[in-house]
Formats: sequence, C-alpha cells, structure tokens
Amino acid sequence: MKKKNLAAWLMAGAMCFSLLAGCSSQGGEASTPPASQPGSEASQPAENNNNQGGGEAVVVKVGGIGPITGDLAQYGTATDWGAKIAVDEINAMNGPVRLEYRFEDDTGVADTAVAAYNSLKDWAKDAPLVIYGTTTTQPCVAVSAETFNDRYFQLTPSASSPDVTSGKDNVFQMCFTDPGQGTAAAEYLKGAGLGSKIGVIYNNGDTYSTGIADAFAAKAAELGLEVVATQTFPDDKTTDYTVQLNACKDAGADLVFLPIYYTPASLILAQAKQMDYAPVFFGGDGMDGMLDMKGFNKSLAEGLLLMTPFNASGTDERTKNFVEKYQADHDILPNQFAADGYDCMYAIYEACCQIDGIGSMDSAQLCDALTALFTGGQFSVDGLTGSGMKWLTTGEVSKAPVVVKVEDGVYVTQ
Amino acid sequence: MSFLNNVITGVSLGSIYAIIALGYTMVYGIAKMLNFAHGDVIMVGAYVCFFVMSGAAGLSPQAAVLASVGAVLLAAVVCTALGIVIERLAYKPLRSAPSLAVLITAIGVSYLLQNSAQLLWGADTKTFRPIVEGSLVLIPGQLSISYVAVLSIVCCVVVMAALTAFTGGTKLGKAMRACSEDKAAAQLMGIDVNATISMTFAIGSALAALAGVLMCSAYPVLSPTTGSLPGIRAFTAAVFGGIGSVPGALLGGILLGVIETFAKAYISTDLSDAVVFAVLIIVLLVKPAGLMGRYVPEKV
Amino acid sequence: MKKINKNSLNGFINYGIVIAAFAVIQLLLGMGRLSNSLQSLLVPACCYIVMAVSLNLTVGILGELSLGHGGFMSLGAFSGITASILLQGAIPMAPARLAASMAVGAVFGALGGVIVGVPVLRLQGDYLAIVTLAFGQIIQNIIMVLYVGVDSRGIHLAASKERFDLAADGTAIIKGPMGAVGVTKLASFTAGFVLIMITLLVVQNLVNSRSGRAIMALRDNRIAAESVGINTTKYKLMAFVTSAALAGAAGALWGLNYSSTVASKFNFNTSILVLVFVVLGGLGSIRGSIIAAALLYILPETLRAWDIAEYRMLIYAIILILVMLATNNERLKILVGRVIPKRKGAAGNG
Repeated sequence: MKKKNLAAWLMAGAMCFSLLAGCSSQGGEASTPPASQPGSEASQPAENNNNQGGGEAVVVKVGGIGPITGDLAQYGTATDWGAKIAVDEINAMNGPVRLEYRFEDDTGVADTAVAAYNSLKDWAKDAPLVIYGTTTTQPCVAVSAETFNDRYFQLTPSASSPDVTSGKDNVFQMCFTDPGQGTAAAEYLKGAGLGSKIGVIYNNGDTYSTGIADAFAAKAAELGLEVVATQTFPDDKTTDYTVQLNACKDAGADLVFLPIYYTPASLILAQAKQMDYAPVFFGGDGMDGMLDMKGFNKSLAEGLLLMTPFNASGTDERTKNFVEKYQADHDILPNQFAADGYDCMYAIYEACCQIDGIGSMDSAQLCDALTALFTGGQFSVDGLTGSGMKWLTTGEVSKAPVVVKVEDGVYVTQ
Repeated sequence: MSFLNNVITGVSLGSIYAIIALGYTMVYGIAKMLNFAHGDVIMVGAYVCFFVMSGAAGLSPQAAVLASVGAVLLAAVVCTALGIVIERLAYKPLRSAPSLAVLITAIGVSYLLQNSAQLLWGADTKTFRPIVEGSLVLIPGQLSISYVAVLSIVCCVVVMAALTAFTGGTKLGKAMRACSEDKAAAQLMGIDVNATISMTFAIGSALAALAGVLMCSAYPVLSPTTGSLPGIRAFTAAVFGGIGSVPGALLGGILLGVIETFAKAYISTDLSDAVVFAVLIIVLLVKPAGLMGRYVPEKV
Repeated sequence: MKKINKNSLNGFINYGIVIAAFAVIQLLLGMGRLSNSLQSLLVPACCYIVMAVSLNLTVGILGELSLGHGGFMSLGAFSGITASILLQGAIPMAPARLAASMAVGAVFGALGGVIVGVPVLRLQGDYLAIVTLAFGQIIQNIIMVLYVGVDSRGIHLAASKERFDLAADGTAIIKGPMGAVGVTKLASFTAGFVLIMITLLVVQNLVNSRSGRAIMALRDNRIAAESVGINTTKYKLMAFVTSAALAGAAGALWGLNYSSTVASKFNFNTSILVLVFVVLGGLGSIRGSIIAAALLYILPETLRAWDIAEYRMLIYAIILILVMLATNNERLKILVGRVIPKRKGAAGNG
C-alpha cells in the first residue's frame, strides 16, 4: 500500500506544478492586452485598426461555449468559426462597440459547460460579458440556469429546446425551437399534400430529435396525417438503420420524416438506397451540412426535403462573402450552425450599439438592457439565416422555416 | 421474408463486430491486456484508407480496384507501424506493472489518438468511399446482402483460419501461445517475451486497419470518434464468445449483431442496448468464460 | 497491534487532509480569492472524490475490476432528484432535503449494487468487468426512455412519452432523453465535504474491521480465504454494495448541483474516468484516490488558462500517459526512494 502512496504523491507534485503554471499564466494575462490571446486572434487586426482611428469604442466581451473536442466537436467548431468571422468584420467596422471574443470547450457535457462558463466569468473580470452559447441543448439548460441567477445576457446559436429559455428572461435563441420545427413540418406536409403514409425515424437519446418528433406527432394527429411507423435509435453513433427502414417500408410509408442530424441521416439515405427503398425523405435543420460532408455522394440526397434557415449556395452578397471567408479559413462549406453563430454576433453587436450609456454598464445592467431591447418588439436583425428577425418574450426567435429541396446537389427553395 | 432480412442485417452488422473483435481477442489472448485503444487504431486505419480512396476518385474501374487494394495495404502498414510505436512507447515500459496500469495507459492512448486525429483531420464527419459497392441479390427486390458484408465474412473466416494456423503451426505462433500460458516459463525456454508481445501488437494493429476499412465501407461515415463505440461493442463480442478464443470472437461478433438486430426488430428500438447487454449478462452467468472460452481452473 | 494503530493513524491523516483542505478553501472563499472557475468545480470534485474512494473499495480493496460505477451514480442522481422534488412539501429546509435526497440516492445505489452483485460476483476478472460495463449501459438505456412525474393523483412512471399521462398541474421530473430538467440546485460545498467525511468514515472503518480483513483476504487469495471459512459471497457483496451506495449518494449530490442532468452523462467514459482516478491514486490507497480525483478533475479546467482550447484534451491525454509511465518506472522509484529515505523500504518491498 505504501508503494501506491508514492505514486499518489508523485502525481500530486506533477499536478500541483501544472496548477501553479496555470495560475501564473492567468496572472500574466492581466498585464497583457487580452486581444493578444491566441483564442481571440480574430479580433486582433481589428483592434489595430481601431487604435489607428483613435475611436473610443466600448468593449463588450463575448464568451462562447460549445464542444470543440469529443463526439459533438463538429457542431461546436462550426458555431465558433462562424462567430469569429462576424467578430472580425464587426471590429473592422470601427463602430461604437468592439467585441472581444473567446470560445471555451464544453465537450458537449453539462458540468463541463458550467465550468467553461465560470472560466469565462474569470476571463471577463469587470468588463461587461455576454454569453454566446452553448451549442448543444443539454449543457445549455444547465448554463442558462446559471446565467439567469448571475444576470448575464445569453444568446445561443443552436440550443433549440424550450427548456433552454423557459422561465429565464435573459436567454434567447437564434435557431428555431424544436416543437416549433416539428409543428411547422407537419403543417408543411399537410399543406403540400405530401406523404399519404408517414414514417418517422428519430434519435430518442437526443433532446433535439425527440423534441421535434414529439411535436410533429402531436400536430400530425391533429391535422389527420397518417403516421404509420415511428422508429428510434439510441445515439448518433449508431451505424445500422436497416431495421428501422424495413419497418417503415413494411408499413408502406411513402414519406419518412427524419428530425435528426446529418451524420446518421447520411447513413440512412445510403442504406435505404441499398435496400431499394425510395420514399421522400424530409428532415429538419440538423440535416443541413450533409451536402458539405467530404466525400458524400450527393446523388443520395437527390429529392431530399429539409427545413433550413441557411443556404450556403445562396447568391446574396453577404452569404457569398461569408461562405468565401469560411472556406478560405477552414476548407469546408459553412452549415447553419456557422451561419447562426455569425448572426448571433451581429445581433449582439447591433443591440449593444442601440443601448445608451453602455460604456458605464456592468454585465448585469447590460443583461437587463439587452433583455429589454430584445423583448421590446422594436429590435430586429438581418442576418444570414433570416431578415427582420425578432424575439418573443419567451426567448424564441421569430423567423419562418424555409423548406428546400435538394436538386442536382444544391438547395432549391420550395 | 422480413425475418430473413433481419437475419442478413444482423449477420452483416455482426461480421463487422467480429472482425474488430478478432483484433481485440488476439491481443488479449497473448498479452492479457484490454487494449482500449484498439478502436482508435481502427479509426486511424479508416482515415488512411479514406485519403487514398478520395485521391482515387474518378479513376477507371480497374485502377479503382488497384487503388482499393493499395488503400487497404497502406492502411495496414500505417496501423502496424502505429501499433508498434504505441506498444514501444506506452505499453512496453509497463510490462512488469499491474495490468490495470496498462489499461489506464491504453485509455490515455485512446484519448491521444482521438484528439490528434481531430487536430490533424478536423472534427467534421467525412463520408467514406467504400472499397466495394453494391449488393448480392438473393431474391430480386426482396432479399439482398451487400458485398461489403460478404467480404467481411470472408475476411473473418480467412483471418480466423490464418491466425489458427499461425499460432498452431509456426515457431513464432507457438512462442505467442507459450507467452500467453506462462510468461516466466516461456522466458526460461528461451523465448524473447518482449519481442513476441510486440509482434502480437503489430498483428493486432494490422487487423485493426482491415477492420477499419471494412467497417467504414459498410457504414460510410468517418469522424475522430468513429472507433470508440464499435470498440466497446467488439470488446463485448469478444467476451461473449470467450475472450482469447479466436473462433469465439467470430461467433460472438455475429451473434451480437444478430441479437442487436432482432432486439430492434422484435422488441423495441428504444431498448435494444439494454436487451443486448442483458443477454450478455445471462450468457455469462450460464457460461462464465463466454461461449467458447476455456475455463481455467484456479491453481492452488 | 502495532499495525492496527498504524492503519488508524493513516485514517486520521486522511480526515486531517480533508478537513484542512476544506478549511483552506473556506478561508479563500471568505477572502474572495477563489476564481469563479475553481468555485464551480468544488461540488463536482467532491462527488468525484467520493466516487473514487468508493470505487477503490471495489477495485483496490476487494480486487474486482468494475467498469460500471457510473451506473450507480446515475441511479443515485435520478432517484435523488426525484426525491428532492417529491419531498419539497414535506421538508422545506434545503440542507435537510439535500441530506434526505442523498440518503435516497444511496439506497437506490445500494439496491442496484445488490441486483448486480448477487448474480455476478461469482464471475471473475475481466468477465466481472464486462458485466458491470453492461449494467452501466442498461441503466443508461432504461433511464433514457423513462418518464417520471408527479401530480395531484400521485407519482407517474412510464416507459414512453405516449403512456405518460401527467395531469396539467403535474411536474415532470425525468423526461426520457431530456433527463431531469429544471432541478432546484441544493448542493453545496459543505454538503460535499460532509459526504466525503462520511465516505471516509464508512470505508476506513470497514477496511480496518474484521470484515475488511476478510475482504482483503479474498483479494489476496480467494481459495486460501475460503479454506479458512470466509464466506466469499457475503464479504464480496458487503464491499460491492457499500461501494454502490456511496456512489449513489455522490450521484444525488451531483444531480442536485446542476439544473439539468441526462442519463448519458453517466456513461462508460465517466466510469472509466473514476477508474483512472483510482489507479493513478494507487489501488487500495484511500488518500491516493482523494488526491488523484481532486487534482485530475481540476486539471483539464486549469488547462483552460493556457489558451490552448483545442489542444486541451490532447495535453490531458499526454499527461495521463506520462504520469502512468512515471509512477510505474522502477528507476524513478529508486531515485525517489533515495531522495525520501523513509519511502525507500516501502518502495523496495512493494
């Protein structure tokens, strides 16, 4: 037993060293300008511009949280990268407000997200801080409870459950809510007269997927749509969906609703093709990104319908500019996570610009001012994922889901 | 008909579990360690193959076949090298340490591989280009089995036969078995135990490359964490069949795939995981060393 | 006689370390010198310390590898959350309700321990490990489809959303994949401290008792132990269930520290993480588990200060491997033995 104690002490020494090292670097941070941190390199050139202009810009710190390692890393990195492009642009404008941006990893887990949030509070010190995130729903519910108590304004790009905002006046969403999307999906199908028999396959281990599927089922029953098969899978790492597809096929479904993310969906499409089952597939905004997967055979997605607020092949100037920058930096096309992130930054920036006396505010005052503005009914933002976006007092964004169809590998608005 | 379909689905899925489980069981059987990084070596093999195959897109069919073979070979070479490096740096220094220390190191290696892969190749999911496509039609429009599944089963059987012949017939193979029985005694017989165990890792890693290519051909998505879940499943399959037993890994893998598919089809897709693991527990209670495991009585 | 004294001395040192750490942290908190980040890690670190110490009872002292410790934590978390909501009216005082919830968590953890333990403790080594892993997966899967709520008619339990008929005035406590949402945070650092002290009390007294010696005898040589009349099942179960109960209590504390908790939090990775703490701290060493859990839980968070966002987990992995190699390196051990002569003998006869 003594021998093991040796191990413990040795390790204790090693860890203490790393703790000390951590502290010292934290201490050093205070003396150097925060913008020189690698984490916020995006804003660095902008700061230089600013100094040349000599403007007295108010600095608002934006602390982002999302998974940049682990299973969900692709979603977190997209929201981070999209936001960075916007921060860059905003700071280059030399406006009255300058955003200082930092993104922390939560690995998609609630407790890590709360820890990330607290480290952002340490980072902000006395400067006004706005929380951007988290990317995924479950950690967001935990973090939003904290920001509500601590009074930080929070805007999430993609955490879409009503649990995120319910009972918290300070939390707002940039994406559709899950029930909203499920309801809209059922209404669209009814209106377009699609799917006489409908099958549903969803991830019952995921809040987003379950939220849409439940609302869809309720609305479909109300509208008299015939749902003939409801199938689930436990997580996005599931590889075989043949059983679920067979159930839909055997029930005679001619439309399969897939309120899931694009990674499992790409497998479902491939496996349906392999078994010669060709219903109309219809997905939610989580499906956006499939066409950009490296090596994806786009013919599989031909005829796929999905509801997405963002179209990377859009022709308007702003979208083209965004897609170009994103591709130049990261060598992949941006998806709606990135676009929502970009829009979040503009929403925060434009709102901050409209607040009088922002220069003397602390985080709590800024939170109240921003909350009042967002729920006031006057404030609206134009972005990549919608124009004239406004927010309800519940924290929900009001923008219409757009249904697109994949034709020849690009989105065509329906 | 749907029953036959489910059997085929189950066997296809099971053949993938089996090929991964073969690598697990091989390393466990000889080195007596649970190599939790095995799943991540599989992921690396799949990435190597992915890059070769994307480079080969647009080649003529004959050239594409050559490219596939080349991709598999290159993946095997890279994984073997990686396996040897990991073994040399992380596992070998722990030869005399308690087995749990090696287990934890393997977990560290697993995290290391996942995070390195993400930094090198990005977190985004990539679509894998299968090395073989299409399916073998048994009854037109109703029953078919994909060529990847057929190939996996063939590979499993070939690998199993080869491993059995190798451990039974060659000198090195016999040395491996000797090490697995009793390291100290093997050393006294003049067997280089360290080299033998390193060799086991090399073979295990080459198998991981093959498994990675087949898995990603069957289920063509690829991300840095692709290996972690199949890794656990294959470990389960290996235990199910009797860990350390090569035919057991094949049997365990196929049965696990079939049970999982049947649980989804006939019980509930919601609870399929619970059913699979419940069956596993029951089997182990009845046969404590797995289906084909050898029960070793304790020496007093 | 001398050995027993030494053991209890060791135990007192452990209490002392925990009390001293608590006092120092309280002092720092009082002075406002603790960063928000570290403050938020206090309660989860306490949970992980309890998890590590209790797992050490199974792995280090009983000598059976368990890969499903997260499953017991999960049972404790969800039963504890449910209890805290059900008891809202009966026990209005928050600390008392927290204590009651942790007790409920412990009971459910223990129940889980009995259910798993009775049949499977007959298995050995890696086979026991895989069954505990399987158990963890089953728990996760079941909670994922479980709906629990309470309304004026009583408590409702259902295995799917359709069968979950909660009245409009009711509160949904566990909502399938969404887990428990909207939990009132009851946990506090003091509660965590008390739980660690209770855990130490239970584990150290068990280890130093007649039963504890029987358990260790089983670990060291089962056949010899049986031959002198030690009841294998009884003592194995005693260690296993105690360990599960403590994990349940830790789970309840964890669940009541966050406003939302999902079943997938307590997956295989969590079980493995706790096992890492135990092995790094040293099998059988309670003090090692405490130190390892506290430091290794905080480590990835302190790495944030280095501004290496995407390299954070990579560095964590490398540190893990290096520490494992260093602590098992014979030459280094001898070196350390020379520097600290008192340890020399201990390192030599290990």
